[in-house]
Amino acid sequence: MPTEQEIFEKVRTTLVDALNVDEDEVTMQSRLKGDLNAESIDFLDIVFRLEKQFGVKIPREELFPESIFQGDPHFVTDGKVNADGLKELQERMPFADLTEFKKDSRLEKMEDLFTVELIVNYLQRKLGS
Amino acid sequence: MQWVGFLGFHMRWTWIDRFTAFESRRSATAIKCLSLAEDHFADHFPGFPVMPAPLILEGLAQTGGILVGEANQYSKNVVLAKMSAKFRREAMAGEQLAYTTTIVDLNDTGARVSGQVHSGGELLAEADIMFAHVTAEQLPPGIPDPKFVFSGELSQLLKMAEAVAKKPG
Repeated sequence: MPTEQEIFEKVRTTLVDALNVDEDEVTMQSRLKGDLNAESIDFLDIVFRLEKQFGVKIPREELFPESIFQGDPHFVTDGKVNADGLKELQERMPFADLTEFKKDSRLEKMEDLFTVELIVNYLQRKLGS
Repeated sequence: MQWVGFLGFHMRWTWIDRFTAFESRRSATAIKCLSLAEDHFADHFPGFPVMPAPLILEGLAQTGGILVGEANQYSKNVVLAKMSAKFRREAMAGEQLAYTTTIVDLNDTGARVSGQVHSGGELLAEADIMFAHVTAEQLPPGIPDPKFVFSGELSQLLKMAEAVAKKPG
């Protein structure tokens, strides 16, 4: 089983290639959109590269459920992800750290969940390490 | 860079001349002969006719885009989403370029294709190309034909691709 550090290094290589960023820009805390300027099409690119790099299948919307709450009044109230939404999020993304998001659960803040750490956590679970 | 149908049905925007090889879901090669009569050579540059790099990439992307489209029998719109390229030298009027594209990844959301441009066996450029599959619901409003990519002038090219196609084995 690869260690967290080994997974991180491979993820960093993937992001350097996919997003044309420098290696030292990629830390565990980097947000893909906010810090590394990823656009939505880059998420598809990243998924393709991770599948190759780690030899796993990553089903659509499993790692980056970008459209999870779009226009769903059941999970979103006044532009904020509500209690039901947070529960759903926790179930769909058990590899995400929701601590910060719970303090400010505005829908547009959701993209900040997509960090390097999130990818590493996801892969750790996926690879069973 | 966008596909022909998006801009209007009568605009000529085909930057490959013919397919020379086509293997479904794997690879496709098309050639493009560069004639001094093409308009772009007049301005790019006077006395030094080299093909503008974006037009080379457009031809390469058309070759790869048709390869990706054929994988689903042209039932999905295929849109160029992202591309990174490296050039080694210019392409001059009079050369014949070969655009070779190979599918690296393919799934329902899109595809990644690697492409090379050769002239007489010499590598001129290489590129990594991402395509996205765009459904009718994802399109901005006001597009008359939700199946806007593989139509019009492009259908002629598809027939040529079919003519040289090899059955997947």
